Amino acid sequence: MSVLSKLKEAVVCLKAGRVTLPYPVQAQPVPEKFRGRPLFDAAKCTGCGGCANNCPAREILLFDLCQEIRILQYLGRRCAYCGRCADVCPEKAITMSREFETGTNSIGDIQQRVELFMSTCQRCGRCFKEPSALEQLKLKGYRLDDVAHERWVFRSKPYLETEPVVDDIKIEWD
Amino acid sequence: MLKNLCQKMFGRSLWVYHANSGGCNGCDIEVLNVLTPYYDVERFGIKLVGSPRHADVMLCQGPAMRSTAKALRRAYDAMPAPKLVFAIGSCACGGGIWYDTYSVLGPVEKVVPVNFYIPGCPPRPEAIIYGVAVAVGLVDKKTAPVKFKQIELPIPRYHPADLTGRDELVVYEKVEKV
Repeated sequence: MSVLSKLKEAVVCLKAGRVTLPYPVQAQPVPEKFRGRPLFDAAKCTGCGGCANNCPAREILLFDLCQEIRILQYLGRRCAYCGRCADVCPEKAITMSREFETGTNSIGDIQQRVELFMSTCQRCGRCFKEPSALEQLKLKGYRLDDVAHERWVFRSKPYLETEPVVDDIKIEWD
Repeated sequence: MLKNLCQKMFGRSLWVYHANSGGCNGCDIEVLNVLTPYYDVERFGIKLVGSPRHADVMLCQGPAMRSTAKALRRAYDAMPAPKLVFAIGSCACGGGIWYDTYSVLGPVEKVVPVNFYIPGCPPRPEAIIYGVAVAVGLVDKKTAPVKFKQIELPIPRYHPADLTGRDELVVYEKVEKV
């Protein structure tokens, strides 16, 4: 009986053939909807903080160094790759990549840090999107106006003005 | 140093002990999936053993919990001397989604020293094989910290007290790049 069962087992094994995947030699393609670790695109990010608000693991941190610089830090230690940050991002700056080979010997290797420049609105004092390269030339703060002393002329002021002083940026009224 | 020690002492044949300290079983299933004929890791000499006294490597799944932290520490102490600890899954790496509840202490590294991290919820079986291959020294790690910095900030950091106002312009005296 035992010999019979062994023979049966051998037949089953032979019928199955070779099933071992050749992973380390040749990687299998990941499934279509696989979500790997998120990648942050600093060129598209506006620093709105939607991802930091919606992260269930609280792994995306957002803090301001000063009025103009905002740091977006993704630590990724307990990130479950749920993709809520990518869903909520209005600018589609976060993409869920398909890379999964993230084994490291130090946990700091998976963190991402994005430094954002936040301009300050002269009228309301809040932050708005960084101007494009062409608009930057038109802005006074970006230009070296005081050539003799080679100082950056500063447009951000510690107080707010009721009247628009410069019309560098045309405000579009809806 | 650690890599050389690894290659010398272990002889590229790791006996792993599989310790779950309160995870959801997702990572357990992925670890056991690695040992199935599909991802047959016994061809690399990796073998699952039932006791920490026989093991070279401890695979930790799940966060360090209040109830199991002591047992995890005892299992770590029972392992013979050249030992490695792998934190598998986002719970073991960083505490998981429930990192701030009363029963979760945090990541596994609060209780036992962790040598290698494999994040993911759960990590793919390929990712676990890759992490073990990084530890043995077969492949190099692919991840590195990503930092995006402004090349030159157009406006220097200032303090309102340092601004000197003239009639038209407000000039910043201390030109200091951040």
